[in-house]
Amino acid sequence: MTDTLTHRSPEAGTRLPDRTFTITRHDLVRYAGASGDFNPIHWNDRSAQRIGLSGVVAHGVLTMGLAVRALEDWAGPHAVVVDYRAAFAQPITVPDDDTGVTVVVSGTVTDVQWPDRVRVRMTAHLGTTKVLTRSYAVLAMRAG
Amino acid sequence: MPLDPSFIGRSYPPSQPYDVSREKIREFADAIGATSPAYRDAEAAKALGHRDVIAPPTFAIVVSMKTNETVMFDPELKLDYSRVVHGDQSFTHHRPITAGDQLVSVAHIDAVTSRMGNDMITVRTEISTVDGELVTTAKSMLVVRGEDA
Repeated sequence: MTDTLTHRSPEAGTRLPDRTFTITRHDLVRYAGASGDFNPIHWNDRSAQRIGLSGVVAHGVLTMGLAVRALEDWAGPHAVVVDYRAAFAQPITVPDDDTGVTVVVSGTVTDVQWPDRVRVRMTAHLGTTKVLTRSYAVLAMRAG
Repeated sequence: MPLDPSFIGRSYPPSQPYDVSREKIREFADAIGATSPAYRDAEAAKALGHRDVIAPPTFAIVVSMKTNETVMFDPELKLDYSRVVHGDQSFTHHRPITAGDQLVSVAHIDAVTSRMGNDMITVRTEISTVDGELVTTAKSMLVVRGEDA
């Protein structure tokens, strides 16, 4: 393996390539089944509107799961995520159409404890709205 | 009616063991589009130094949420689940959750606060193997949206 994170020697300030992810109602239904989170605000507009949301919203941990792909794909399979956290700053309303919404994920390395720990600050935006805040992940490198 | 802060510090009995399967991991990885071979192929996972297929870092929510329902639906807590949204989440992995694990979780209420008509409750879920090896700590802050908030 030549293109593992270990060989790329990331430094604080290194920016991950931005990634975009699309979320549709279909994704929400699929994630509800896979995660076991059947809270109706993720599939029923009436339930969402009853508590003041404009409509069905994405699961926060789905957004986290998508965002961390930006990190995993950058780091390669030799890295494992040992810590990952995020606050869901704004709900992501997912319209009942075929297009869905597009979330842009960015990450910046903030700390490297060589040889084996890399801390990355993550953000996710929907247009100009920040949807994930106070988010970071710590990667541990495995031998290889 | 605001949530009762005297619930802070309360712990719930351990969950029934959750059997982590390769298929559930694959289903979850598909749902978030995670492509790492370590999530899908036991041989690839072993070549990377794992015992078997490992789970994506957010998979722990599958285990913790099941356990946290005991808290959410605790009749004494009087929490209106229909008004709940997720506020924040953290996962601390002592090692990756791995296919074949039998996981037992214990939920603890770490915080109960109220702000601007909303209630916030933080539930920490300690996830261990049935043999007592601590695997993951998951923390969920849930917001119970107020009627007028």
